Amino acid sequence: MDAARHASDELVIAGRTFGSRLFLGTGKFPSNQSLRDAIEASGTELVTVALRRIDPTATDDILAAIPDGVLLLTNTSGAVDAGEAVRLGRLARAAGLPEWIKLEVTPDPRYLLPDPVETLKAAQLLCAEGFTVLPYCPADPVLCKHLEEAGCATVMPLGSWIGSNQGLRTRAALEIIVEQATVPVVVDAGIGAPSHASEAMEIGADAVLVNTAIGTARDPGAMARAFRLAVEAGRAGWKAGLPGVQTAAAASSPLTGFLS
Amino acid sequence: MTATPVVLESRPDQVPEGSAAAVVVGTDVAGLRRLVEGATSADVDRALGRAHPDLDDFAVLLSPAAAGRLEDLAGAAQRITRARFGATVRLFSPLYLSNECVSTCTYCGFSAGNDIARRTLSLSEVRAEALELHRRGFRHILLVSGEHARIVSKDYLEACVATVAPEFAQVSVEVQVWDTATYRRLAAAGCDGVVVYQESYDPVTYAAVHLKGKKRNYAWRLAAPDRAAEAGMRRLGIGTLLGLHPDWRSEAIALTAHARALVKRWWRCEVQVALPRLRPAAGGFEPLDPVSDAAFVQILCALRIVLPDVGISLSTREPATLRDALVPLGVTTMSAGSHTEPGGYAEASEAEPQFSISDTRSPGEVADALRSAGYDPVWKDWQRA
Repeated sequence: MDAARHASDELVIAGRTFGSRLFLGTGKFPSNQSLRDAIEASGTELVTVALRRIDPTATDDILAAIPDGVLLLTNTSGAVDAGEAVRLGRLARAAGLPEWIKLEVTPDPRYLLPDPVETLKAAQLLCAEGFTVLPYCPADPVLCKHLEEAGCATVMPLGSWIGSNQGLRTRAALEIIVEQATVPVVVDAGIGAPSHASEAMEIGADAVLVNTAIGTARDPGAMARAFRLAVEAGRAGWKAGLPGVQTAAAASSPLTGFLS
Repeated sequence: MTATPVVLESRPDQVPEGSAAAVVVGTDVAGLRRLVEGATSADVDRALGRAHPDLDDFAVLLSPAAAGRLEDLAGAAQRITRARFGATVRLFSPLYLSNECVSTCTYCGFSAGNDIARRTLSLSEVRAEALELHRRGFRHILLVSGEHARIVSKDYLEACVATVAPEFAQVSVEVQVWDTATYRRLAAAGCDGVVVYQESYDPVTYAAVHLKGKKRNYAWRLAAPDRAAEAGMRRLGIGTLLGLHPDWRSEAIALTAHARALVKRWWRCEVQVALPRLRPAAGGFEPLDPVSDAAFVQILCALRIVLPDVGISLSTREPATLRDALVPLGVTTMSAGSHTEPGGYAEASEAEPQFSISDTRSPGEVADALRSAGYDPVWKDWQRA
C-alpha cells in the first residue's frame, strides 16, 4: 500500500478508520485491571479476545476490561480446522459479538502455527457469510494474495512464532507481502520488543498486533506505552522515507558537486 | 482429527506399533537413570542452555548435581512458564460419579476389597452436582469414577457427559480405560479430554500394586491416551503416582518420555501431566515417601524446562502453602475446593472419598490467593465448536 505514504495517514480497515496502528491481544495478563491499563496506555482502538475466554455469565468476564469505543475482534483460538473456525465465528455472531473475526486456525498447540490450507478455506467461508475477516497467517506472499482474493479485510502474517518474542524473523517475506498487498498488512505474532514493532512499521506494515510482550511484561501498562511510541516512531520513519542500506560509505557532500 | 489409526481390536498385552505407548516401552529408562548419576554441574549448565532440551537433558536436570542448582532451575522454569502461559492459572473441578470398583489396587480408597460406603450418582444427582460447581464458577469439569464396567458403564458415562456438557466449556473424564470406539462415543457426547494416569511406569511395580481386575493389564492402560487421541479427544492427561515406586526419578523420566511421545504422535492434542504425591487412603495404604518438597520442585522445574508447552496440573492433595508457592514455577492447572467422593458439592455425602485432600480452601479462596500473587484465575478457556 505504497500510495499511503503520500496520502492521509488514516488506517482504514473494511471502511472503519482507526487512529492507532497498534492492536492488542488480551491473553496472559495477570488481571483484568492490568489489561484495562494496558489498553488505555496503548491507545489502541482494536483488541482481540478469544471466544474461548468469553463467559457472559461470569462476574468479572474478560469483556469487562474492554472500554467502550474499542473494537472487539473475536478470535477463533483453538480451532484446528476450517470447520471449527467457521462454527466459532457463527457462535460469536449468535452471541451478539461484533462480526469482525480474527481468524486463527492452529492445529498444533505447541507452536500455534497457522494452517495455510485450512485458514484459506475458513476465510472463504466466513467472508461469504458476511464476516469481516482478519486472518492470522504464515508470512507467505502467495497465500496473502489468496486471502485478499477471498475477501479478507487485512492479512496478518507472523513475524515469528506466537509468544516467541523473536521479532521479524520473516522480514524478507514480510517485505514482499507489504509490497504486493492491496489490503492493510498487520504484522502479528513474535513481536517481543518495541524495536520489533518499529521495524515492522519501518518496512511499511500498516499495523502490528502485540500480546505476549505486553501481557507478560513486569509493568504491562508501561510496556503498552512503549509500544505505542515505537509504532508511532516506526510509522513516522517510514513516512519520512528511510534511506536505503548501503554496503559502502557514501559521502554526505556530493563528489561531483564541483560541476555545478 | 486425522492420524494414522492405531489398530486395537481387543485388549492385547502388547502396545501397538507406532503408538506413543510403544515409545515409552522402548525408552531406556535404566540408561537415562545412569545419566542422572553421572551428571555434573557443567552438564546442568548445558541442559539449561539448550534451545530444545531432550530426554537426556531431563535426566540431567533430575540429577543430584541439579538439585544443588535448584534456584537456577526455578528461574528457568518461571521464565518459560511466564512466556508461554502468562500470569494465568486454569481452574477446574473434579466431579466424582461413583466409587464402585472391581479392581483391587493397594493404594486406592475405592479398591474392590475395601469395606466402604459405595455410591453411584443418578443422572439427576450428576446434574445437581454439576450445577453447583457451575454456580461456584467452574466451567471446566473432570468426571471421575472407579472402575466398574457394569455400574459405571459406557452408556452411563455417555449419559453423564451429555448431561453436563451443555453447561461446561470443557468436559474431561478420568474413568476406566476404554477402547477407541467408546472414546469416540464419549467425544460425540461432548467430552473433550481423557485423563489416564499410568500410576507406575515400572511394570514390576505396576503388577505389585494392581492385584486384581482389568486394570492389571499394563499395556492396555499405557496405550489408552493413544486410543483417546485416535477417537478425537483434544486433551490428554497423563500422570504417575509418586509413592508407589521407590525411585521417583525413573517414574519422572518415563512420564516425560510419554508426554514427549504423545506430543509428537498426536500433534494436535494438548498434553497435560501430573505427578501427585500419594496420600493415605482407605485400606490402610501408606505411601512410600521418597519425594521431598525440594525434590518435587526439582521435578516440576525440569518438566517445565523440557516440556515448555505442556500443561502441569496440581491437585488438592498438596497443601495450600506449597500449591501457592509452586504456581510461578510451572503449574498451569489447579483443582480447587475438591471433593473426592461421589456427591458432596450440592449436599453432604456419606460416601468414602478416593483420597484425603490437603488444600481445603474453597474455589473462591484459591482464586483470591492466585490474584494476590499476581495471577489471573482462568475459569473458562475453551469453546466447543
